[in-house]
Amino acid sequence: MEHTIESLAQEHHVGGGRKEIYRVTIILTVFTLVELALGFYLMNVTNELMRHFIKGVIIIFMLAKAFYIVGYFMHLRHEIRNLIMTIVVPLFLFVWFITAFLSDGNSFKNLKNSLDRGHKERSEQPAPVKKEGEEHKME
Amino acid sequence: MATTTATTPRMWNGGRSPFNVEYGKLMMWYFLMSDAFTFGAFLISYGTTRFATNGWPNPNHVFNSYPMSGAFKAPLVFVSLMTFILIISSVTMVLAVHEGHNMNRKGVAKYLFLTILGGLAFLGCQAWEWTHLYHEGAWWGRNPFPNSDGTISTTNFTNFFFTITGFHGFHVFSGVIINIIMLIMVLKGTFDRRGHYLMIEKAGLYWHFVDLVWVFVFTCFYLI
Repeated sequence: MEHTIESLAQEHHVGGGRKEIYRVTIILTVFTLVELALGFYLMNVTNELMRHFIKGVIIIFMLAKAFYIVGYFMHLRHEIRNLIMTIVVPLFLFVWFITAFLSDGNSFKNLKNSLDRGHKERSEQPAPVKKEGEEHKME
Repeated sequence: MATTTATTPRMWNGGRSPFNVEYGKLMMWYFLMSDAFTFGAFLISYGTTRFATNGWPNPNHVFNSYPMSGAFKAPLVFVSLMTFILIISSVTMVLAVHEGHNMNRKGVAKYLFLTILGGLAFLGCQAWEWTHLYHEGAWWGRNPFPNSDGTISTTNFTNFFFTITGFHGFHVFSGVIINIIMLIMVLKGTFDRRGHYLMIEKAGLYWHFVDLVWVFVFTCFYLI
């Protein structure tokens, strides 16, 4: 069959409709609430390892929310496989970007701290204590 | 390959869209992919700087106010409200697209209107938060907040915060403008005359992308 804009508009109705929209809404709301609960819980955690673990869990929930928004609200899951691939495959570059840049940042910090004594001392100076009532004053 | 050869020749022989979407929607997808790389670059440079810095301000001490909070500070409250506003406006946008499939002009107009309201509410919240932070002394190049361990913080914290939330806010603003144009076209009956509401889907894609970016900004700046 020949494709025209009109025939595409007619053909393109795969997906769960209203039911699916409400289901995804509930999932997104629950995930956000869990993220917030973890965020509140994180405030009182001092153990570094535990902090990293909770942050990792928050990031997993973030990615899950991204999946539901792109897959269902933006309808990508119901598109043709080739279209999905042209969009999703390039995004895998991010895996390398994040790994490379964050580890490079970390290495830069370690190099500065070990090679530049002044840098470490400067970054350990205490910040001036803010006096009461000074909060809203501008210079 | 055996499974694809049966369908591929017909898909790519011309006369039909091999991706089963119209041109404008496909290009919107590719634009959003490139925009994702722009935001990704911003957020990764923020992460890199944070990894390269000794100490960092605690977001729970910085973002702990909401309108009329007075002395009673509570972290995460205001930003949760902003997040829910954006999620709900995304839902009304899907419903608008859904009504468009059914060629229901009144339904599309109703849900588009709600989406615009959500977008404006989000922008209002952001304007309030920026004003509040500005009055606390934070701006590009100025950072009144100490690191979480009490040491002096760099201005990178505020620079990245205002740049990235500002760039996102600009996207929300243009999304609201696009949605207002769509609403005017719906009310004028342009899409009924055309016989389809595909344009609403493209505007919808952009609006969901704005919501998607906020999911990342919210997590990177406020939660972790």
